[in-house]
Amino acid sequence: MARELINMVHIEKEYPGVKALKDVSFQLLSGEVHALVGENGAGKSTLVKILVGEEKLDAGQIFVNGVETPITSIRESQKLGIIMIHQELNLMNHLTVAQNIFIGREHQYKRGLFLDDEELNRESKKIFDQLNLNIDPTVKVGDLTVAKQQMVEIAKALSYDPEVLIMDEPTASLTDSEIEDLFNVIRVLRKEGKGIIHISHRLDELQQISDRITVLRDGNYIDTRKTSEFTIDEIIKMMVGRSIYVEKPENNVLPGAPLSLEVKGLTCEKLVKDVSFNLQKGEILGFSGLVGAGRTETARAIFGADKLKSGQIFVHGKEVKITSPHAAIKQGIAYLSEDRKRYGLSLGMRVSINIALANMAHFINPIGFIKNHMINKNAKEKVESLNIKTPSINQLVRFLSGGNQQKVVLGKWLTRDSSILIFDEPTRGIDVGAKSEIYKLLNELAAQGKSIIMISSELPEILRLCNRVIVMCEGRVTGELKGDEITQEAVIRYATQR
Amino acid sequence: MKNVVDPTKKVDLQKFVVFGVAVLLFGFFAILRPAYASYSNIMTIVLSTCVNGLLAIGVTFVIITGGIDLSVGPLMTFTGIMSGTALTVWGLPIWLCILIGILSGIFIGMCSGLLVTKLKLPPFIATMAMMMVLKGLNLVISGVKPIYFTSVKGYQKIALGSAFGIPGFYNAILIFVAFAIVGHIILSKTLLGRYAYAIGSNTQAARLSGIRVDTWIIVVYATSGFFCSIAGLIMSSRLNSAQPQLGPGYELEAIAAAVIGGTSLAGGVGTIVGTLIGAFIMSELQNGLRTLAVSPEWQFVVIGMVLILSVAVDQLRRKNV
Ligand SMILES: Nc1ncnc2c1ncn2[C@@H]1O[C@H](COP(=O)(O)OP(=O)(O)OP(=O)(O)O)[C@@H](O)[C@H]1O
Ligand SMILES: [Mg+2]
Repeated sequence: MARELINMVHIEKEYPGVKALKDVSFQLLSGEVHALVGENGAGKSTLVKILVGEEKLDAGQIFVNGVETPITSIRESQKLGIIMIHQELNLMNHLTVAQNIFIGREHQYKRGLFLDDEELNRESKKIFDQLNLNIDPTVKVGDLTVAKQQMVEIAKALSYDPEVLIMDEPTASLTDSEIEDLFNVIRVLRKEGKGIIHISHRLDELQQISDRITVLRDGNYIDTRKTSEFTIDEIIKMMVGRSIYVEKPENNVLPGAPLSLEVKGLTCEKLVKDVSFNLQKGEILGFSGLVGAGRTETARAIFGADKLKSGQIFVHGKEVKITSPHAAIKQGIAYLSEDRKRYGLSLGMRVSINIALANMAHFINPIGFIKNHMINKNAKEKVESLNIKTPSINQLVRFLSGGNQQKVVLGKWLTRDSSILIFDEPTRGIDVGAKSEIYKLLNELAAQGKSIIMISSELPEILRLCNRVIVMCEGRVTGELKGDEITQEAVIRYATQR
Repeated sequence: MKNVVDPTKKVDLQKFVVFGVAVLLFGFFAILRPAYASYSNIMTIVLSTCVNGLLAIGVTFVIITGGIDLSVGPLMTFTGIMSGTALTVWGLPIWLCILIGILSGIFIGMCSGLLVTKLKLPPFIATMAMMMVLKGLNLVISGVKPIYFTSVKGYQKIALGSAFGIPGFYNAILIFVAFAIVGHIILSKTLLGRYAYAIGSNTQAARLSGIRVDTWIIVVYATSGFFCSIAGLIMSSRLNSAQPQLGPGYELEAIAAAVIGGTSLAGGVGTIVGTLIGAFIMSELQNGLRTLAVSPEWQFVVIGMVLILSVAVDQLRRKNV
């Protein structure tokens, strides 16, 4: 009964220095959610970019509804009803939400020569209602949080009424309830006979929503099977080519370890209200909550990126005034931001420089010349230890796959020898293998006596790493959980407690 | 949603600040020299805003897309020289000459756009080169001599007549206001404006939304060329001639007006109303400093300071929001 919507056969794609796809085939049926999985740099994004005409294929064919259709531009794929939500946010910050959603299609909502913003607002509202969302369509996108921006991207894609919807890690920055809303919409689309390609590193989520899974590894096609025929471990094995080691949560905190960070009554203009907590030496402290709970804002305030209205911060027992990120870094605080593109990376620069960038003072000689060999040596170490997939340390960061970009950010902050590390969604967009490497790394750092704040929307990750969790809701700390108290139910209860 | 700053309020505040500066400056000069506030002087200020204002509108379009147009000064002159040549050398009727001037403005704008999109030159380089080329062409085509429109009766009336018979209310002002409104509507209500903001805000995102980015950038530069040609028309009519040496320097004043009016050189931000107030502030200053008998050398210094101040204030305000 299901028709074949898309068939990509023998697809090849080479970038300078990287063979991104080698003879990959992929088929999408109507009424199915087809998951595409693989490690960072496996070629998932490249494959779907070829399908929407964003990248040219070197060899191979694409069949749409059984007819061979060369797709060479975004406009062509849009006309065919193939719509993609990109891995990175692609929004125009200075335009309103509604203007963003309907960009490129204003002609359908025009009165004569003139644009009709009212109509765009109304149409946006309709889509938001369907998604159970409360976003004002007249607000500028730049004023929204990353998660809300992600929802705008999703709304935008849905507004095309797509035949084929491609989602490249749409859930990476969303919380469980938002993901649930998204999945409900996807289920409706599936029932209507649409085809959905879903790329994600959250394998548990794929088991929930997908019908079939295709695995890629290093640009090679590995296999396609019904989801029900796979266990998560099997998927991982196919992705990585080996079983991975899952370590137990460790408790590195010695009883009576000194406090490395103490925050009292922190209050900011936006979303931080009277936040107090402390962090011990060698501890990994989890920060949980729904999107918009104020976790990122709290981190930014501690890091000096946002202005404090009131409150005190003590580092190693001494009160400090942190008025800028520079001051925070000097106090030994590092902040790994949730939006790598906006705050974390210089996309047009090399991997090696990016890794050195937060610590340049370390890499200059007394007269001020840059010691390139040191930068390169350090970069090589980090590329190795974090397993960053790049043809060389001289590659521009822009050309790395999403997950590998995230690892570069990690490398950057690990270069800086900080005693307090704030990780904001550090594993977003990172594959399972690399994730467990990062967990291992965090545990090692804690064992070395560093203190870590781990902001994460992925509960399993918090459960796995943390012995103590702060839960926030709407800018306030609503609960603190320790040891066995940390359960899914408890966290959600506090996260929704107003 | 309550926590989110209302962005429309931000924009209004911005315009309010610039507008406030314009009013304050006016008051300042009027107190020092009451004649400054006389009807005839106000009209002189407005008249002197016309040319710079139109150029600034053109430049605003380009800057909003994240580009820059350094060629507007010589381009304005070029359009005048083209219509003058059409009149004196080819002997065409005057309406056709004016049309040729306008079309040549659009054409050169398109060329800049093509350089930026197809040859991928950075806008700064493309339009700077275009500025030099036009500066040369102006001299070559005219033979380094002014081209006079004296053969056409009433050519000067186009700018300096007054359609409503109100003394001081020159046609130039009428044309200026009319095209300013056109510019405002294009920018805020049509696809061209929407895409200009979209491209300036995030080119990649615009492209991925299926917008033909290159085409629209070319259209934007052509629009800038169009507004230059209207400025050129007013200029040649006022002088009753096309002066080939004129032009260089105007582009920087136009950019300054746009920036004082709140247009961001990073792209994605700016309005015609803001730009117009910016242009007005510049003429107001020049006129005021002249009435105070400040030497032209010092006028430059003051205008430079105002530019620094207005952008600095804007940056500070932004931080505090
Ligand atoms: N524009 C480009 N230039 C050079 N190399 C590129 C470019 N785009 C992608 N690559 C390389 O192609 C390979 C596949 O990248 P792709 O983005 O498809 O990976 P992915 O499977 O989506 O990974 P992730 O899970 O990290 O998003 C990677 O090695 C990447 O570095
Ligand atoms: Mg990817």
